Amino acid sequence: MTGSPPRTNNGAAAALLRAHRFRAIELIPWILAIAVYFLFPGYRLLATQILVLILFAISLDLIVGYAGIVSLGHAAFFGTGAYTAALLADAGWQEPISALALGAVTAGLLGWVSGWIILRTRELTLLMLTMALGIILYELAKDLDDITGGFDGINFENSAILGLFPFDVLYYTTNYWYAFAFLVLGFLVARTVVYAPFGRSLVGIRENVRRMHAIGTPVQQRMRHVYVIAAMIAGVAGAIWVQVQGNITIGVYEFEMSGNILIMLILGGTGRLYGAFVGVTVFTILENLTETVLGTDPPYWELVVGVALIVTVLFAPRGLLGVFDPLIRRFRERTP
Amino acid sequence: MAAAFDIATTILVFGLAYAMLLFIISVGLSITMGLMGFVNLAHGAFAMVGGYITVKLVAPMGVPYLLALVIAFFLVAALGVVMDRLLYRHVYGRPELDQVLFTIGIVFASVAGVSFVWGPDPQNILLPEILLGDIDLGFKNIPIYRAFMIVAGGVIVAALFFGLERTKIGAQVRAAVDNRRMAESCGIPTGRLFTIIFALGSGMAALGGGLGIQILGGLKPVFAFEYLVIFLIVVAVGGLGNIRGTFVAALLLGIIDFAGKYFLPEGGGFFIYGVTFIVLLWRPHGLFGKA
Repeated sequence: MTGSPPRTNNGAAAALLRAHRFRAIELIPWILAIAVYFLFPGYRLLATQILVLILFAISLDLIVGYAGIVSLGHAAFFGTGAYTAALLADAGWQEPISALALGAVTAGLLGWVSGWIILRTRELTLLMLTMALGIILYELAKDLDDITGGFDGINFENSAILGLFPFDVLYYTTNYWYAFAFLVLGFLVARTVVYAPFGRSLVGIRENVRRMHAIGTPVQQRMRHVYVIAAMIAGVAGAIWVQVQGNITIGVYEFEMSGNILIMLILGGTGRLYGAFVGVTVFTILENLTETVLGTDPPYWELVVGVALIVTVLFAPRGLLGVFDPLIRRFRERTP
Repeated sequence: MAAAFDIATTILVFGLAYAMLLFIISVGLSITMGLMGFVNLAHGAFAMVGGYITVKLVAPMGVPYLLALVIAFFLVAALGVVMDRLLYRHVYGRPELDQVLFTIGIVFASVAGVSFVWGPDPQNILLPEILLGDIDLGFKNIPIYRAFMIVAGGVIVAALFFGLERTKIGAQVRAAVDNRRMAESCGIPTGRLFTIIFALGSGMAALGGGLGIQILGGLKPVFAFEYLVIFLIVVAVGGLGNIRGTFVAALLLGIIDFAGKYFLPEGGGFFIYGVTFIVLLWRPHGLFGKA
């Protein structure tokens, strides 16, 4: 017996370790995010929203892109995290980070219970069940408008973060870094999850569920676990979404929210984490640009997004980031 | 007692009319999904376009309502063939996710297209005199329009059942839904069959769109989005590619939805989703779906 760990001789494990290692190129989105804060102070609200939606899209990527669970009801977790944080603040619990953590817990609980029920199904049925769950929660929130504030919503205040940095709903200074910090954190969690053996087994389940059963992977359990992780991250995203705005409406539960985030994710590319960054940014900026330049009355935005989606599926089936795959491959081949 | 009976018949009549509408629109979606495993979220867009064609033929052009419905049926069926040949065939056999994204893109584009052509305002239809007013059944007056809807739905259901159960093409469709490869091996041209079914389904959706404008509370460009979810759950609850299942699901969901909204105008919306949730947990492949 030598002291060296056995995995140094193991090619597959070495490849996994290599994949998990950070590369310099991965700094680009973060540098951009920091630059945007200083270069475009007028767009900080939009930029904050983009950061939060990226986190939301990453959580969806965990289940859609890695485990192959297509969900049209991911807003259920976003909304639950959001309402937990908002109702706590409204009731007097104004400390934001603990409220956010509790939002993750409630969303995770919902994910655990609903995952246990609905993850037995596949394909269209699963799609319909996730969607039905999302809409049921939306309709419930609409009915219980004494508590949820309905369409008008609730305004609430949070105390300063760590007692030092008060939220600023006018210039979005603290708010931006708050969202930024949790995006970094959430991203690191997601990245660790997908490169861990756990994440690799999810990819196996997505690619060939029978084989994974055959080699003894507890498929059902793995899927439930990733569903809970995704739900918790989505809950955090929801909590930040409302905390930085100081306001919540039942819009957080809307079907549109679930649909749009799925569109953004697929647009950017699933199963690669960075697809979320590209998809959300392109979608949100395009939406804003079209609506400010062309207006909303004839719905130019719908036309733009519709055509963009059709073209993406026809010509870039692996999402916008997937377009670069052949280039990268050629580059890699040339520099061994 | 009399009041309870009155309420029950009201729910039955209005719910039945709504259910027929759901069936007419959803059945084409169910067969195309069952036959090709193709997730077509844009089905509601065909219903919307059919509705607009009907409205525009009746109001400014003075075409009789029933004739307008027939024209809408054929125009949209033709549109279905064009879409199938030009666009859709690129995504058959692609992953589910691609299909979802692609057809959602078509929904967006159709919403925009319809508001460019016909404007964003809600449209309503001028029904012919003969469909206005009530009909006296002896114990109760019911609106002629709803009665017409139920009868028209019944006729279409009967025609479809006959077509599928008793004709050669119907047998081919059933065989292809059951086992596409086997059907192909027996020499059934499933590709051509699919185009025919797609055209028929699109035409039926258009018919539903034209028939249902009043029931659905007018026609707006967002129609294709608003009703997308309902059509999908009818299909899922009924079981893919199963006409009887789709019919039962439409009855169940149509009547429950109307009853829910009747008794709880504020919060009745979620009954239909609750039922969907329970049915799909109990029978994941739909009421009449094959496992």
